[in-house]
Amino acid sequence: MSDGILKISKLTKVYSDGTAALNGVDLDFKKGEFVSIIGPSGAGKSTFIRCINRLVEPSGGEILFEDKDVIKARGQELRNIRRQIGMIFQGHNLVKRSETVKNVLHGNLGYMGSLKGGLGLFSKDVIENAIGILERVGLQEQAFKRADELSGGQQQRVGIARAMAQNPSIIMADEPIASLDPKSSETVMQYLKKVCDEDGITALVNLHQVDFAKAFSDRIVGVRKGKIVFDGKPSDLNEDTIHYIYN
Amino acid sequence: MIRSTSKYPNKQKNYFAKGFLVFTGILFIFSFLQLDFTMDKLINGFERGGFMLSRMFPPVITDLNALLGAAIESIQVAVVGTLLGVIFSLILSVFAAKNTSPHIILSYLVKGFAGFVRAIPALIWAIMFIVAVGLGPSAGIMALAINSIGMLVKVYAESIEEMDKGVIEALRATGASPFQVVMQGILPAVMSIFISWSVFRLDINIRYAAILGVVGAGGIGAELSRYTRASNFDQALGVTIIIFLMVIAVEKITVYIKEQLDLPTTALVADDE
Repeated sequence: MSDGILKISKLTKVYSDGTAALNGVDLDFKKGEFVSIIGPSGAGKSTFIRCINRLVEPSGGEILFEDKDVIKARGQELRNIRRQIGMIFQGHNLVKRSETVKNVLHGNLGYMGSLKGGLGLFSKDVIENAIGILERVGLQEQAFKRADELSGGQQQRVGIARAMAQNPSIIMADEPIASLDPKSSETVMQYLKKVCDEDGITALVNLHQVDFAKAFSDRIVGVRKGKIVFDGKPSDLNEDTIHYIYN
Repeated sequence: MIRSTSKYPNKQKNYFAKGFLVFTGILFIFSFLQLDFTMDKLINGFERGGFMLSRMFPPVITDLNALLGAAIESIQVAVVGTLLGVIFSLILSVFAAKNTSPHIILSYLVKGFAGFVRAIPALIWAIMFIVAVGLGPSAGIMALAINSIGMLVKVYAESIEEMDKGVIEALRATGASPFQVVMQGILPAVMSIFISWSVFRLDINIRYAAILGVVGAGGIGAELSRYTRASNFDQALGVTIIIFLMVIAVEKITVYIKEQLDLPTTALVADDE
């Protein structure tokens, strides 16, 4: 498989309280595909994507990102992997008191020296690039407003822009529209889909809205109790399977 | 917390309160007798106090320039001490907060250090630093700096611990280094609370700086000590008035700063000050 980008085998995660969140997950992702991961709350979707960039430490298994062993990576090596994997969160997780464009610039931190990035000494090119990305998600007007002055949907688009600033191979999104109204949800998903398609970025999106998953994905993965119970095209996802995933 | 509808916990609390009241009463009477706090002394004290008061008025300020110079030295000691304390506390608090500390043991160590430093009063620190660096404002500055660290590390770390952990997670996910996470993610989020606490600490330090001179650590307190010992109570009152004006002036300025910056209020006074 020449266009494979992420290969996950036998991934397990047991939390310290004994909860088994992932029970041996095997999944391969191809370059440029838009994958939705669906399943009820507590199925392990969130743990799964957090294991991929090691925000959560996996208990066992193997993760190969562009042939690099993610689980064995330490320090700078791990940060170099993380900078190639953008991440979008349910709660946007922006620095609310900082300007919108500053939040986008945070996507560049992984490419800068620790001191220079820490002091926020972004070069002119980088800042122009960040404004360009804001333009792509329709927020160029908001670039110099404080992040908390934006609406929920707009903040999530800043989240997309921050991930894009990482120049990523993969963007992972953890329930990106769970706290948004239907119209903003639609807009956010459209922008996410658009930028990923344009730049050939692989998208892994945790969703619990099945209709959104069907409308936007090339491929849907169903998770139930830490195991993959469905993996296929949206058209193959029938009512019985949905019922099985959610019950 | 779920409020219990049962009467039992309230009742138990009442017993505790009553028991505590009785205990305090006994302790009061016991101490009163044991410390030989008699009416005689109180009456004598009033007499002597009256004598002192009569000697205090009218207040006298003999050398205004020298006093103002000493007052300014006190303010300088407070400002420099606070600033040093803030700088060290900024660094230490990142290691003290559980969510940013490289290791939980380090967090306990730094918090333990801050607690220890906080437990020792500023005047005792001043006396110790006088032994170390000699009489003068340097000892005062160091005393206030270290005493500030004790409090500021605690309140800074608590602010960091209370902040939205999602922001930290998001920045780590971009591949940012720990230093970058602190500078770009945590600092902007807690900055206004930090400034607010620091200004509050400056208020406290001004008050301390005014009396540090009593033990020889620089500033206007030395004048107060000198006149009191020489029984020049009118001049001592003059110094006290200068101290009062100085403290009020600085307080007005810090209130103004807080208003201008639209900062959150630190209404809760640190419990151990």
